Parts: sequence; C-alpha cells; structure tokens
Amino acid sequence: MGTRMRKDPYLLLSPALLLFCGLLVIPLLLVAILSFYAFNGTTGVIPDFSPGNYFTIITDPFYGEIFLRTAGMALLVTVICLVLGIPETLILARMHAPWRGIFLVLVLGPLLVSVVVRTLGWSILMGRQGLINDTLLLLGLIESPVRLTFTFTGMVIGLVHVMVPFMIISIWATLRKLDPTVEHAGRSLGGSPLTVFRRIIFPQLMPGVLSGSIIVFALSASAFATPAILGGRRLKVVATAAYDEFLNTLNWPLGAAIVVLLLIANIIVIMGLNYYTERKYRMIFASGDPA
Amino acid sequence: MKRNKTLSLLFHTAFMVFLLAPLVIVIIVSFTDKGFISYPTDGLSLRWYQAALDEPRIVESFWLSLKLATFSSSIAVCLAVPAALALTRYRFAGRDAINAFLMSPLMIPNVVLGVAFLRFFNLAGLSGSVFWLTMTHVIFIFPYALRLVLASATGMDREIEMAARSLGAGKWSVHTRIILPLILPGLTGGWLLSFIQSFDELTMTVFVATPGTTTLPVWMYNHIAQTIDPLITSVSAILIIATAIMMILMDRLVGLDKVLIGKG
Repeated sequence: MGTRMRKDPYLLLSPALLLFCGLLVIPLLLVAILSFYAFNGTTGVIPDFSPGNYFTIITDPFYGEIFLRTAGMALLVTVICLVLGIPETLILARMHAPWRGIFLVLVLGPLLVSVVVRTLGWSILMGRQGLINDTLLLLGLIESPVRLTFTFTGMVIGLVHVMVPFMIISIWATLRKLDPTVEHAGRSLGGSPLTVFRRIIFPQLMPGVLSGSIIVFALSASAFATPAILGGRRLKVVATAAYDEFLNTLNWPLGAAIVVLLLIANIIVIMGLNYYTERKYRMIFASGDPA
Repeated sequence: MKRNKTLSLLFHTAFMVFLLAPLVIVIIVSFTDKGFISYPTDGLSLRWYQAALDEPRIVESFWLSLKLATFSSSIAVCLAVPAALALTRYRFAGRDAINAFLMSPLMIPNVVLGVAFLRFFNLAGLSGSVFWLTMTHVIFIFPYALRLVLASATGMDREIEMAARSLGAGKWSVHTRIILPLILPGLTGGWLLSFIQSFDELTMTVFVATPGTTTLPVWMYNHIAQTIDPLITSVSAILIIATAIMMILMDRLVGLDKVLIGKG
C-alpha cells in the first residue's frame, strides 16, 4: 500500500508530463541547436556548429535597432498601462453594485476578443479618414490628417489597448486583499487624499503593480499581431523579425537565434522581477497573515 | 467606501471609450453597403455578412478553428484534472518543479513556441497535420486549464470525501459523485478559457499553418496584411458577438473575475 501511494501522483501526472517532454522540451532543444547552424543563400541551412548567428545579431546594428525598439516599445507600453491602469482600478473598486460588476466585465471582456480583431479596429480608427483624424480635425487640434498607422505611436496605442486589462487584473487581485478601513484611518488622522494615496494605498498596491508590469512588459516585448499590423514591414520588432527570417528570407538559423535571445531575455526579466518582488514583499505577506 | 468624484468619472468614461472604440467601430463599419471601409450612412446592409458566408476559405477556416479549439481544450482539461489532483492531494518529490514545468508555456512567448513547433514538424514530417496542430494548442492552453482546475481542487473539502468513504462509497463513486462535481466549476471555466485562447491564437499558429491548416485568425491576419476591406470587418463583428456570448456564459457559470483573475 505504501509504495502504491507514492506512485499514484506520478501516474496521474504522466500523460501531461509525457506530452510536455515530447512536444515542448524536444522542439525547444531543436531550436536551440538550429540557432548554432549556418545559412547560405544558395545551399540553405548548413549544420556546422558555430555561434555565428549570435555574433551577427550582436554586431549588426540592424538587429540591435530591432531589439532596442522592442525594449523601448515594451517599456513605454508598460508605463502607459500603469498610468491608465492604477486610477481605473481604484475607480472600479469604489463603484457599487451593479456598476462594478458591469464595468469589470467591460474592462476584462476585450481580453477575450481576438487581438487581430482589436488591432483591425485600431487600424480603421487610425486611418487617414478614420475617426481619430476626423475628431482631431473637427476640434481644430491638427490642420491636416496625421499618420498613425505604420508609426511607433500607433503601435504603442494598439498594444496599450491589448495589455491594459492585464494590468488591471493584477492590481485588482491585490486591491481585494486590502483593508478599506486603513484608508479611512489615514484620512481621519489628517492625511490629505494625495498623502493617503502616496503613503498608504500605493505601497500596498505595489505587489500587484509589479506583477502587472512583468506581465505587460513580457507580453509586449514578444507581441506579434499588433506590431505586424500597425507597425508594418518597416518598423520591425523581435517577433516580426523572427517571422520574416522564418517565412520570407528563410534564414532559419538566424531566426532561431533571434527567438532564443528573446526567450532568454523574457525569462531573465520575469524571474528577476519575480525574485525582487518576493524578497521585497515577503514581509507584507507574512505580517498580513494572522497566524 | 468613498464615492467617485466628477474627475474620476470623466477619466473612467474616457477609459471606457478607449477600450470599446475599436470594437464598436468594427461592428459599425461591418454594416456598410459600400465596397470600402465607410460608415453605413445609407442604412444598414448585411451585404458583407453574406459575402463572408459565401467565401469558402472563411467558412473552412472557421470550422477548422472551431474543431481545433474544441478538441484542444477538451484534451487539455482531460490532462489537467489528473495533474491537478496529483498536485493538490499528494506530497511527493519534485512537486513544485513539476508544477512550474507544467505552467512554463505561460513564460515562453508564443513566437518562440511557433518557431519550435515549425522546426519540429519540419524535421518529423508532421506539417499539415490537424492532429499535431491540435496537440501544439494543448501545450499552449494547458496552463490556463490547469490553473483553474487547481484553484477549485485546492479549495476542496476533504471531509466530504472521507464522509462518503466512511458511509461505504467505493473509490469510483467517490470520484464521480463527490470529487468531479466539486471541481466542475473550475473544469468548466478552464475549458471555456482554453477554448477562447485556442480559437484566437495567431502568433504560434501562423508559423505552423499550411494552406490546408489555415485557422480563422491566420486567414484574417493574412487578409489584413494584404487589404482592409468590409469583408474582414463582418467576420470580425461575428467574432466579437460570439465572444460576448461566451463571456456572458462564462460569467453566469463561474464568474468572469474568477476565470480571469484566479482564485475567487
């Protein structure tokens, strides 16, 4: 009986583990190996083991620019999501039934609508005769239509729309653990609303803000559909550059090296910030536990 | 709790306009009767909905996506239930590591997964197989299914199970009549979320899709890359409405905040 008990969990886990080993670990290893192969326009992929592709990506300013643009885009999207997401979450939290439920569904709902559909919407809104240009012209803020599609600005706006619900989810999850009476205590002890926010509410929101930022940054840095549709061919980011290497220029080894670097960067950012968050906030979580 | 002031409500309104504008504009434009992107000023027309239904490639890719999402989310849930039970009911060596491993697709960008599957399919000669495409989707959606099943399995009251056992219930009836009903909400939520994630997946699928295995998002992406016309808006409008129905269903069954935010 004793040995049977110990085998049970592994038996239950075996189908999932088998699938993951066969269809996740092996393909990822194959890509890692592919990234060390060479490529020649006439003969194709040459299986000789060298770090040449990584050398190309690091030294060629063409790829440097793509990685910098991607990081800059992800950072900007994260900051804008914070600026929009924190106040919106606080406003949602102050709402009463049934409005809170209704607006929460409306805020989280777009998350489930295909990114292609949402980006299409922005593409239509941003067109030369789109609603954004029409409105700006009508208000007299601009004299002639501004170009938004195929620009960095357009790409960032589209991505913020895709990412901001993730930020709200994250902050919302932290917010629900807060004790609302603490805010009242701060106010009744003479703190101004701003002081109460800065010194009482915001520090308590930090775990949610940080985990939301990790998610938004990581997803933005590897986003494909929105940069591809709103950024176009010229404004390449890491994901669209990998797509082009694999499906247009067919330099698979170089494309493989690009995604390996993306994966490593992604894991470093997620693990690093996670580690920082956990270390910094272990105290808060520990003291929040009555036991 | 404090009430929202005028400034907050103004911000909230602007934010909601920002969130909903791209979806609303797609629906509005889809009713145009003209051959280009324009507002339906001369009355509503269903011309482009008819055109979408008459285009065999749209209909085929829609059915493929539906099949793909149905099978992959069902397989993912079938694998997630035993895995979740193992992870919550037993203490064993490597438990945390296995949990992290099974959640790892969340940390791997979809573009990386797409490239990995493309290379694997290419070497193994599996390109164009609907079955293997389904299995790649299982990998990608598995963490969503597992997370929701785990959440409901963790909160399960073991006393009920013990009571059933002491009252003479066999192992099988404990599983089907006690455990299964208890994790059913998480299971349903996990299935629905996985279904939507699989149905909408583009970034990974675009790498492995072949002319015979073009899913609806891949067809839409390829179409938008060429041209933006009212045809694509009618397909999109149908998707928005279908997602809204799924969302209401999910909200009624499990609660949308529970599905999306995690533990209720």
